[in-house]
Amino acid sequence: MILVNNDTKLVVQGITGSEGSFHTTQMLEYGTQVVAGVTPGKGGQKTEAGVPIFNTVQEAKNITQANTSVIFVPPPFAADAIMEAVDADLDLVICITEGIPTADMVKVHEYMAGKKTRMVGPNCPGVISPGAGKIGIMPGFIHQQGKVGVISRSGTLTYEAVHQLSSRGIGQSTCIGIGGDPIIGSNFIDLLDLFNRDEGTDAVVMIGEIGGTAEEEAAEWAQKNFTKPIVAFIAGTTAPPGRRMGHAGAIISGGKGTASDKIAALKAAGIAVSESPAGIGELMEEILNK
Amino acid sequence: MNIHEYQAKEIFRKYNVPVPNGGVAFSAEEALSVAKSLDSNIFVVKAQIHAGGRGKAGGVKIAKNLDEVTLYANEILGKTLVTHQTGPAGKTVGRLLVEEGIDIAKELYMGIVLDRQTGQFVFMVSIEGGMEIEKVASEAPEKIIKEWIEPGIGLQAFQARKLAYALGLEGVQVREAVKFMFALWDAFNASDASLVEINPLVVTGSGDVMALDAKMNFDDNALYRHSDILEYRDLSEEEPSEVEASSYNLNYIKLDGNVGCMVNGAGLAMGTMDIIKLYGGEPANFLDVGGVANPDTVSNGFRIIMSDSNVKAVLINIFGGIVRCDRVAMGIILALEKVKVDVPIVVRLAGTNAEEGAKLLASSDIDFIVATSLAEAAEKVTAAIKE
Repeated sequence: MILVNNDTKLVVQGITGSEGSFHTTQMLEYGTQVVAGVTPGKGGQKTEAGVPIFNTVQEAKNITQANTSVIFVPPPFAADAIMEAVDADLDLVICITEGIPTADMVKVHEYMAGKKTRMVGPNCPGVISPGAGKIGIMPGFIHQQGKVGVISRSGTLTYEAVHQLSSRGIGQSTCIGIGGDPIIGSNFIDLLDLFNRDEGTDAVVMIGEIGGTAEEEAAEWAQKNFTKPIVAFIAGTTAPPGRRMGHAGAIISGGKGTASDKIAALKAAGIAVSESPAGIGELMEEILNK
Repeated sequence: MNIHEYQAKEIFRKYNVPVPNGGVAFSAEEALSVAKSLDSNIFVVKAQIHAGGRGKAGGVKIAKNLDEVTLYANEILGKTLVTHQTGPAGKTVGRLLVEEGIDIAKELYMGIVLDRQTGQFVFMVSIEGGMEIEKVASEAPEKIIKEWIEPGIGLQAFQARKLAYALGLEGVQVREAVKFMFALWDAFNASDASLVEINPLVVTGSGDVMALDAKMNFDDNALYRHSDILEYRDLSEEEPSEVEASSYNLNYIKLDGNVGCMVNGAGLAMGTMDIIKLYGGEPANFLDVGGVANPDTVSNGFRIIMSDSNVKAVLINIFGGIVRCDRVAMGIILALEKVKVDVPIVVRLAGTNAEEGAKLLASSDIDFIVATSLAEAAEKVTAAIKE
């Protein structure tokens, strides 16, 4: 497994908001070590489940040894929340928030350069290492412990793929939703690199979608560097150009970012591509049985 | 969000980006009075629609006198322009921009967009002004010169000079162009734009640098802090059903097919469209009802889907995670008490309490076609259309 394991100690930024408090309960029920929450002005209080609340991330880290943060802060304040987690030198910050202005993320991207913290998201379901911990909003019960990694730009489409894997008895090492925005913290290559070095991962499912060129870059990188099998699916073959398909980053613009370009690049790199979103699990099963 | 050229030019003026004198007109009479107010004896009458390629479609005319302004205004207003960006249905012109004619010595291209690879905004220029920039990018990418903007520092004078020299400008024009670029960066940055494009950017006979055209798009996520830009939204440029959907906070995009679909999550919604096509159908829409598929969102979703008379069947695909499928099933049943749907409905529920959900659907009075897997759902909905 990568990113989230038994040593993960989580601080929830925005723990007293409706999303933050609901998902904190869900994460605790899954067995995630939620050690702290942050809501400025509510420091010193505790949540109903007894999680201590702090005013700052730094204070939360100093007292609870939290090493990972998850962000449920509303969009206008989310960029600031990410930078606060980076400033506190956490290992990992996972930003769930959807709708952060691009200009804010350009600043965050610059701020993070050269810093220790890794970011996943924003606009993502989070990261789960089945059995070890769930950080985010995905339904825990559809996952099974195992040796297939999942990297995806989507939310529910990822659940669909995981469901197909689990129902065939194929468990997962770690599943990461990297987010649907144009600027994200970790891209396919960053995470393929981690899976490459992870002994607990035998193969990877990669779910892309229209917009940008991250899949093309990943295909080229994987051909040279990745030693394990990949099964890919690209959503948006039927998406019209120039329209934003729900995700801020899912748009074909200036003829770039089409599903057919991505599929061609993946196939050219020797990656198995499922034509149907319903065929991801089946294709992985075939490859693992070879 | 997109805006019209005349609105982008209003923003340009506010930030001292030079543009020709002119104004918007909603009628031929207004066009004439705008023309009269200009200190010029040659005028340009330009159709204002949210699409490029207007010139080729007959939406831009040069008027040599005031009578011709009236003539062309009457000709263009109400006309449906079909360009490479409007789709086959075209767009009807409801507004005109009337401007003074400009003596053009050189046509250039300038733009600012987000570079997703570097996470920075990038300034782009090209000497191939007036051409489709996508064409230049694919056929002669070396003709597009780029400078990336460091967020903490902003555009620097040396970068603007490099771009100006790359455009082949000389002497006083370089200074003019540098000033122009700083003003343009200010306008872009201050308004949370996601794209600005000036094609053509011109050098006039007297050596001035000016934006002859202006296109601006804005980051929807940042509009909450720009109420002035929100006022530029022109609902007549948008599909009425999409406007209605956005008022319910639903993410809907109308397409040309006949299989309506309702899905939770954008990626799964795209995947559902794709699988409909794969099984021989054509998706009628993209619709993401979001995480909470409750009776309200579902009934609004049905209303929007069924407003499209092409729809011959509907596929509902919900992956219940946090939201429970039995609740979703109840939502669907309740929604159908409010909205009449007279085409076959295929429902596929997966995830939390999927079986309970399917049982609820099966025992209701409504004639649902229930599917358990995504492939089965696609198969059943395309079969329903062929019947």
